[in-house]
Amino acid sequence: MSGTVLVIDDERQIRRLLRLTLEAATYHVIEAETGKDGLLEAAQRRPDAVILDLGLPDLDGREVLTRLREWSRVPVLILSVRDDAEGKVAALDAGADDYVTKPFDTAELLARLRVIQRRSVAETGDPVCECGPLRVDLAAHSVTLGREEIKLTPTEFSLLRVLIRHAGRIVTHRQLLREVWGDKAENQSQYLRVYITHLRRKLEPRPGSPRLIHTEVGIGYRLIDPGAAA
Amino acid sequence: METHDRPDPDALLASIHRESSKQRRGRLRIFFGMAPGVGKTYAMLAAGKQRLAEGIDVVVGVVETHGRSETGAMLAGLPILARRQVDYRGIHLEEFDLDAALARRPALILIDELAHSNVVGSRHPKRYQDVLELLDAGIDVYSTVNVQHLASRADIVSQITGIAVRETVPDSLIEMADVDLVDLPPEQLRARLAEGKVYLGDRAAVASDHFFRPGNLTALREMALRVTAERVDQELRDFMRSQQISGPWKAAERLLVAVSPSPFSARLVRWTRRTAAALDASWIVVHVESSRAVSEAEKARVTQNLELARELGAEVITTTGDDVVESLLRVARQNNVTQIVLGKSPGHPWSDFLRGGSLVDRVVRNCGDIDVYVVRAESGTESGRQRLVSPATRPPLAEYLHATLAVVGIVTGCLLLRTTVGYSAVSLVLLATVLVCGLYFGRGPVLLAAALSAVAWNFLFIPPLYTFHIAEVHDTLTFGLFFVVALVVGSLTERLKRSERAERHREERATALYRFIETLATSATLEDAFVAAARHINAVFHADSTVLFEPTGATDEGLVPYPLSLAAMSDRDRAVAAWAYSNGRAAGRFTDTLGEADAIFLPIKRLKVTFGVLRVAIPKNAALSFSERQLLETFADQLAAVIERDRLAQAVQMTRLSEEADRLRSTLLDCVSHELKTPLAAVAAASEGLAAAPPPSTAQALVDEIREGVRRLHRVINGLLDMTRLETGIVRPQREWCEIRELVESAIEDETVALRGRDVTVEIPPNLPLVKVDFSLLSQALGKLLGNSGVHSPVGQPVRVSADVRGGELTLAVTDRGAGLPDGVPIFEKFTRGDPAHTGGIGLGLSIARGFVEAHGGSLRAEAASGGGVAFVISLPVETSHLAEVTP
Repeated sequence: MSGTVLVIDDERQIRRLLRLTLEAATYHVIEAETGKDGLLEAAQRRPDAVILDLGLPDLDGREVLTRLREWSRVPVLILSVRDDAEGKVAALDAGADDYVTKPFDTAELLARLRVIQRRSVAETGDPVCECGPLRVDLAAHSVTLGREEIKLTPTEFSLLRVLIRHAGRIVTHRQLLREVWGDKAENQSQYLRVYITHLRRKLEPRPGSPRLIHTEVGIGYRLIDPGAAA
Repeated sequence: METHDRPDPDALLASIHRESSKQRRGRLRIFFGMAPGVGKTYAMLAAGKQRLAEGIDVVVGVVETHGRSETGAMLAGLPILARRQVDYRGIHLEEFDLDAALARRPALILIDELAHSNVVGSRHPKRYQDVLELLDAGIDVYSTVNVQHLASRADIVSQITGIAVRETVPDSLIEMADVDLVDLPPEQLRARLAEGKVYLGDRAAVASDHFFRPGNLTALREMALRVTAERVDQELRDFMRSQQISGPWKAAERLLVAVSPSPFSARLVRWTRRTAAALDASWIVVHVESSRAVSEAEKARVTQNLELARELGAEVITTTGDDVVESLLRVARQNNVTQIVLGKSPGHPWSDFLRGGSLVDRVVRNCGDIDVYVVRAESGTESGRQRLVSPATRPPLAEYLHATLAVVGIVTGCLLLRTTVGYSAVSLVLLATVLVCGLYFGRGPVLLAAALSAVAWNFLFIPPLYTFHIAEVHDTLTFGLFFVVALVVGSLTERLKRSERAERHREERATALYRFIETLATSATLEDAFVAAARHINAVFHADSTVLFEPTGATDEGLVPYPLSLAAMSDRDRAVAAWAYSNGRAAGRFTDTLGEADAIFLPIKRLKVTFGVLRVAIPKNAALSFSERQLLETFADQLAAVIERDRLAQAVQMTRLSEEADRLRSTLLDCVSHELKTPLAAVAAASEGLAAAPPPSTAQALVDEIREGVRRLHRVINGLLDMTRLETGIVRPQREWCEIRELVESAIEDETVALRGRDVTVEIPPNLPLVKVDFSLLSQALGKLLGNSGVHSPVGQPVRVSADVRGGELTLAVTDRGAGLPDGVPIFEKFTRGDPAHTGGIGLGLSIARGFVEAHGGSLRAEAASGGGVAFVISLPVETSHLAEVTP
């Protein structure tokens, strides 16, 4: 998958490196050094994805994100040196699609970029989602792992549905709680822990070594990238 | 003499202080007049308007126009501050709103009638105190005052005009202010009065006949002019002093005035103040506390008189001693007094005779080279007379009864012996009885015993028997001597007892202070000291006391009471405490500020810094004598000393900590420079190699080298950052529900590289509850332990991770089969590596792991594991929640 990527970062070295990496992966790259330039470029050039640094000289990266989200749904990947959970959750809540911390692994960066660009593909309304050995038919409420049919409780199924709809992408605790249990349950993280444990027991061949559901410490969960798993 | 032409350094300092305090504080300008109606308010408003026109923020705080149209017209155009509405005993009153003025913070505020007394329940009883607070806040004030309201002139004015002046202003206000004299010749003032420009209607006629008589006005005018002249004179002197202009410096005069409970003392104090001001001398007010018992009313009057003296700027000294003259002269000599002021009180001729002359006579006789002024006493010192009927130490009735019984018993005994010993010997026996009575009883009972014995002896023993007639001359003499002896014995014992009592009182006070200091010294913490101090004061004064203290750094909390009994403090008390704290002055009961509070609030302060407030509520009907108040102030001073000592200790501690931090910083730099530069060097060299386009196999090796270097750098930087966070206390666990297996797996996954080749086993019992911990911190801590085991145990050896929850405690253990614990190495210390032979790492891992665990309130320990190796055990208290309890 390719397209135009807007890189908003004040570090010249990082921009240069990203340009090399992304162009090698057949992306077309636009660079912006400041938040304001970035917003301008995003409006004029209509990129297919944005890679945004949080620590910009003029505007706070979160501010750029908020302004961008006022008029655009372009996928945004945050690239920042900050690796505290609160910062990540805040950026994700502000509308970012995923998060990569510096120093980053270029392969991982490309994979994440690919996943967030594919969002529209996941939202085509196809009732059947596949993710590695896992196959979920949202319309029929059936789950199969390899050949085996897995029986899930309604709550477990709702949880899996949210995860698989965002497969490959990070889903925050709050988002999961809200979508599965409703707005009032946002602070009831123990529900989530329990049902994730249940799900893992049923879905992962060897409980304890998560292969399908990955824990993002302090932030949320990520179902493995169907593309990578396939 | 040389000293005469040199400025007195103290006076110079005071003058400089006056100058500098003028700069810091707001300036006070007083429009000063001889009587109402001369146009002070008008002049003040005119000046205020002018300032307003100059673009200065002027506000009218309070102005009374008294219906005078000219003044009313002048007021128009000036912004006016709304008055405070007060309902006092059903009457609706309007008062100056001090808080609104402070909140509004104008550059200049106009406040009429400086001498006004505020309605009961206001913050200060007097308006001039409001003005002082405004000045303290840096606000300039214009105000008006008549000469009759000046504290040092009030009594003269009432003598001249026959009208009592109740509202007074301390002279110090005039001294600190710029004074504008608003003068009007008496005839013109009377003309204005007649035209109805001063008072309206009938009041004008009444005023014209009384206060505004031409004679009165002339006298008042002269007085006003003189006050202003003195003020100008003082300014000139100040100027000469500060400019070092040599002039006719006066010898340093020092006045002393003695103060008693008599109301006449207040006049004496004012007189001295005037004289001292005229002489440009300092003055001392002395009160001699004798062992004589004083009534509560007298106590209160002495305190009042001393307060007045203080207000007028005197140095107040209290001393104890039964001989007033001796005590006065002692203080006078100690303080280099040059002149003593005494009141000519109508003494009691008899007691004067017994004491060897009146007080004045004795002072004059013994004063040496000190001048003595004797000031006429005012008529109507009835309350001075009260002293004779004051409830002195009256012996209880029982003593009279016992004395009577003793005499009756001895007389009966003597009757039996009359025939054998003769009546002369009986007189000696009876005399002995009187003397013995003197040992036990007061003067009254002794006199009674003497009288009874004399009468009995006369009637029953002296011939002719059973008559009061005395035949022999020597018997008459004996009879007379009886009374003299009894009188002397009675007085002596009484005096002895009194001084004993006084001594005991002093002793008690000294002991109280000593105990107090001891209590403070033995308290481990400030809080303990406060509680102990409050308890101690309660015991000494039968009071309910609280130490209010603001802990450092917690500004939003305000004053915290010790002992912590919130119920005892009313909102009003809190407000008074806050005032005393922010102004650093005493407030509440027995003081001028917020006097209707239940307790007295003394600032705990050292020099200019107020640390807290001491609140003491003594029983409702009790009074606080001057010496008791001094004792309380001493207590407060001691508390301040303790707090200051604590602050100093903290400062020392901080210094030590920062030294320690310096040392660590240098270690860190050494370590870090090595650990950062090594991988960097590897990365640099490998990149150079790649640039030279080597064959593919070498290129791969170089890339691996770069990767390894980068990984190492990354680890070092993260370790340093974590350590810094721990050190600066930023690490605060964000607890949320976690599943233990998930936590353990996450840690193992993160350390995959370090654990490569080791056989990792996980032992977790099924159905463990959820625990509330910071997932990230704890998995990182566990990761550090796993990483450590990876480094220190050989490839192929097992690493075991186990977890359990029991009794609200989570245990996580990592056991390896490595080399075991090194001897004598503090492995949990920063920059410590267990085995120096292993390369890599800066010895932060275990230290960080422990930091993270301790941030959770848990502990991390290392034990020797069975079969060699080390077991690291994390145990921490946790909240648990069972899976079964959670329903969808």
